[in-house]
Amino acid sequence: MTAARTRPDRGVSSQVVVIAAAMVLALGAVIVTASPGGLVEPWIALAFAAFIALGELARITLPGGRDAAPIATAGALAYALLVTFDQGTVGHGALQVVAVVVLAMIIGVFPHVVAGRAPTVDSMARRLLAVGFAAALFRGTGLDALVHDQEGFVQALAMVGIVAATGAVDAVLAAAVRAGADRAPFVAVLRNESRAQVGIGSAIGATGALIALAASIMGSWALPVFVIPLLLTQFSFRRYAAIRSTSLQTIRALSRVTELGGYTETGHSRRVSELAVAVGRELGMSDADLLDLEYAALMHDIGQLSLTEPIPGGATVVAAPAEQRRIAGLGADVIRQTGVLDGVATIVERQAEPYRRAHEGMDLDVPLASRIIKAVNAYDDLVGESAETARRLDALERLRLGMAYEYDPRVVDSMAKAIERSSGL
Amino acid sequence: MDPLPLKARLYVVAVAMSALPLLCLALINGATSVDVIDLLFLAALYIISDSIGSKGSRDAVTIALGSVSAMAALPLLGGWGAIILACSTAFATDSPPLIKRVFNTSQLVLAAGASALCFVLMGGSEITEDSFPQIILPFLLALTVHCLVNGALVAGIVHFAQGVPVRTVWHGTMAKSVSGYVGYGLFGLLLAVLWAPAGADVGPAAAVLVLLPLFVARWAYAQYAEEQRAYDRTVRTLIAAVETKDLYTRGHSERVAAASVLIARAIGMREDRVASLRYAGMLHDVGKLGVPTRVLQKTGQLTEEEFAAIKLHPVRGLEMIREIEFLGEAFAGIMHHHERLDGRGYPMGLRGAEIPEFARAIAVADAFDSMTTTRSYRGARTPEDALVELRRCAGSQFDTVMVEALVSALDEHQWQSETTPLFDVTAEDDVVPAPSGSPVFDHDDPRSVAAHPPSKNPAP
Repeated sequence: MTAARTRPDRGVSSQVVVIAAAMVLALGAVIVTASPGGLVEPWIALAFAAFIALGELARITLPGGRDAAPIATAGALAYALLVTFDQGTVGHGALQVVAVVVLAMIIGVFPHVVAGRAPTVDSMARRLLAVGFAAALFRGTGLDALVHDQEGFVQALAMVGIVAATGAVDAVLAAAVRAGADRAPFVAVLRNESRAQVGIGSAIGATGALIALAASIMGSWALPVFVIPLLLTQFSFRRYAAIRSTSLQTIRALSRVTELGGYTETGHSRRVSELAVAVGRELGMSDADLLDLEYAALMHDIGQLSLTEPIPGGATVVAAPAEQRRIAGLGADVIRQTGVLDGVATIVERQAEPYRRAHEGMDLDVPLASRIIKAVNAYDDLVGESAETARRLDALERLRLGMAYEYDPRVVDSMAKAIERSSGL
Repeated sequence: MDPLPLKARLYVVAVAMSALPLLCLALINGATSVDVIDLLFLAALYIISDSIGSKGSRDAVTIALGSVSAMAALPLLGGWGAIILACSTAFATDSPPLIKRVFNTSQLVLAAGASALCFVLMGGSEITEDSFPQIILPFLLALTVHCLVNGALVAGIVHFAQGVPVRTVWHGTMAKSVSGYVGYGLFGLLLAVLWAPAGADVGPAAAVLVLLPLFVARWAYAQYAEEQRAYDRTVRTLIAAVETKDLYTRGHSERVAAASVLIARAIGMREDRVASLRYAGMLHDVGKLGVPTRVLQKTGQLTEEEFAAIKLHPVRGLEMIREIEFLGEAFAGIMHHHERLDGRGYPMGLRGAEIPEFARAIAVADAFDSMTTTRSYRGARTPEDALVELRRCAGSQFDTVMVEALVSALDEHQWQSETTPLFDVTAEDDVVPAPSGSPVFDHDDPRSVAAHPPSKNPAP
C-alpha cells in the first residue's frame, strides 16, 4: 500500500502551495499577535494552547495512512468559535486564533520530532489553513458579534454551519494534496477523503462546537470534559489501525506460502499486489476497494496450493484457460471460508475470466479488480524479477496484443503508466 | 426463550407493584411542574439511543447509552420528570416480550425514583445561572444510586430466571458495565448544562451535539472489534488452507493453539501474552510448507539430508512471518518449538531455560495433539495415554511445568481431539493417497522421533 506513495513524487505543486500558504498565514498571524496590544485575554489563549499542544502530541494515523490530530483540531475549532468564556465575552480576533494554534502545534509536535517521528508537514499545514478558514468565517466577518446576544440555539446553529464548511474545505485541501502525491484522479480522491473523514470529522466538529458553547458556563472545565469521547475514539482508531496493518502483514506473509511450496516464483504475489494497487489508484478506486484489491492480489495464487504438482514456474499465464479458472475457483473457495472476505473471494474467482469473449459483447460483470489482477499477474509472469527494459517492454507489448479480448485496455494503459513511473522507462 | 420460572415471575410482579405507586405519584405531582416539550424530546432521545444500542452486541457500552438522557432528566426536568421519563422504556423498539418490557420499565422507574430522592436530599436542583460547581456532588451521588439500584434489580431477575448466584452476576457483567454507565451518566449532566435555558440555552438540539461524539466513539470501537474478529477468522482459515498440503495435520494448528492456551492459563500467564501464544501455536508449523511434500509424506527411514530439510521448518516459518510485527514473543515460540530440554532438539539445540517459555508450551501442546490424532500408521491414542507419554519424556524432552500444566488443565476442560477440519479445499482427485504399511516419520510424535533418531546433534 505504501509502495505507491514512497516513490519519488513529481508534480507536487498542490502540496507546495498548501504548505506555502500555511506558512505565510502563520507568519503574518504571529507577527500581528505579537505586536504590542495584539494579544488579548492571554490566560484563555494559554488554556487553549496547552490543550491543542497536548492534542498534537497525541496525534494518530487514521486508516489509509492519514495523519490526524482530532483533539488538537477540536480545541482549535473551539477557540475559533468561542463567544463567551465563563460568562464573560471574549475579544480575540481570527489572527490570534491562527497564532495560538500554530505555536501550540509547534510545541506539541516538538517531542515527536525529537523522537524521530516527524509528522507530515502538509497535514499540519492543511489543518492550520482549515482552522484559519473557520476563524476568518466566524470572527473575521463579525458573525461572532452577531450571534453573541442570540439564544444558544442560534449560536449552535452558526457554529455547526461553520464547522461543516470547514470540514468541506479541509477535505478539498486534503484531496488536492493527495491527488498530486498519489497520481490519482481528484474526484476519486475527494470521495475517498470525505468518506474517511466523515466519522471522526463530525465528532471533531461537534466537540469543537460543544467546547465553545459549554465554555460559556463551565470555563476551561469544558476542555478536558468534552474531549473524553474523542479520546475513546482515538484509542479505538489506534487499535483499529494496528489490527489493520497486522492483517495486511499476515496476509502478505501467508501469501508467500505458495512461494515456499514451490508453486510460484519468489516475490510474485508481493509484486503483483504492489503494481495492482498502483493501477487501481490510478483508475480512481476507493480505499475500501483498494484494500480488497490488495488482499486479492496477494492471495490470487492460493488456489494453486490444492494442485498436486506445481505449474512450471508458477506462471498461471501458461496454463490452459479452463485450468486457470479452476485454480481461481479453488482459491476463491479458500478465501470465502473466512466468512469475512467475500469481496476478495469474488475478485480472486473471476481473475481468470477474459475481458471479452470473441463474438460476444463486452462482459461488464467482471469486477475491475479482477481485470487488474489478470493483467498485472500476466505481466509479472512474463517479466518476473527481471529489471531488463527490453523484457518489460516486450511483456507490455504482448499484453497490448491481447488487449481487446483478454485484457481490459484501460487497465493495460494504466499499468504501462505505473510501470513507466516506477522504473523510469 | 424458555418460559420464566415462577419465582422470576413473582419477582417481576413485586418490582412492578412497587414501581406503580411511585409512577402514579410522579404523574400527579409532575403534571404541573414538568416541561412537557422537554420531556417528549428526552423520551424520544431515550428510545432512539436505546434502539441504536440494541442493534449491536449487548455490551456494556451499548446498554449505557440510554443513561445519558435518563440522567440528564434530573437537572432538566426535576425528580418527578425523571421518573416519568423512565416509562419511555416501555416503548423500546426492539419489542421484547411483555413481561420483559414490564420489568425493564419498573426497574428503571424505581432506579429513577431512588436517584431523584438522593439528588433532592443532597441539595441538587434544576439548572440555574450559577448552579454549575455545586450541582456536581449531588449529581454524582444520584448517578451512583441509579447505577446501584438498577444493578441490584437486574441481578435479582438474572438470579431468579437463570439460577445464577447474585454475587456472580454482580461481579461479572455489572462490574464491567459500571464505568460505562457512570461515564455516560456524566454526559447527562453536560447535556443538561447545554440544554437548559439558564445554561448555554441550546435546547433539545444540544442532544445531537453531545451524542454525536459518543456515537462516533462507539462506532470506532465497533469497527475495531469487527476488524479483530475478521482478522482472527482470516488467520484461522488461511492456516487451515495451508494445512491441506500435509495430510496429517488437518486442524492440527488450531488444536495446538487451543492446547497452548490451556497450558498458558494453567501457569497463570498474562492475558496479552496468552493471545500472542495462541497465534504462535496457530502458526508454529507454517514453515513446513517449505519442506518438500515428498519428504513430509515419505514412508520409512529418512536420509540425513531429508531430516535436515525437516529440521529447517521452524526457521522457514519464522522467515515467513517475520514481518508480522505484533507477534513479538510469538516468533521465539515458533522458532524453537522443537528444542528439547536436554539440548538434543533443533534448530539450535538450546537447553533448559534457554528455550523460550512460548516454545516450551507449544512443544508440549504439539506433541500432545500429534499423539491424540489418527495417523495412517496408527490409531489415535487416548489423551490419558498421551499424558503418560508426555510425563515419561518430561525433564528430558519437555518442560515438566508445562506438562503438569496441561495435565491439570485437561482435568478441568473437555478436550476435543480431531475436531472436524474447518473445511476441505482439496478436491478428491488431488488427494495424495495415504501411504500404508510402513510407519511414516511424524516429526511431532515423540515415539516416532525416537524411532528415527537424528544421526548427529547440531552443536549448540
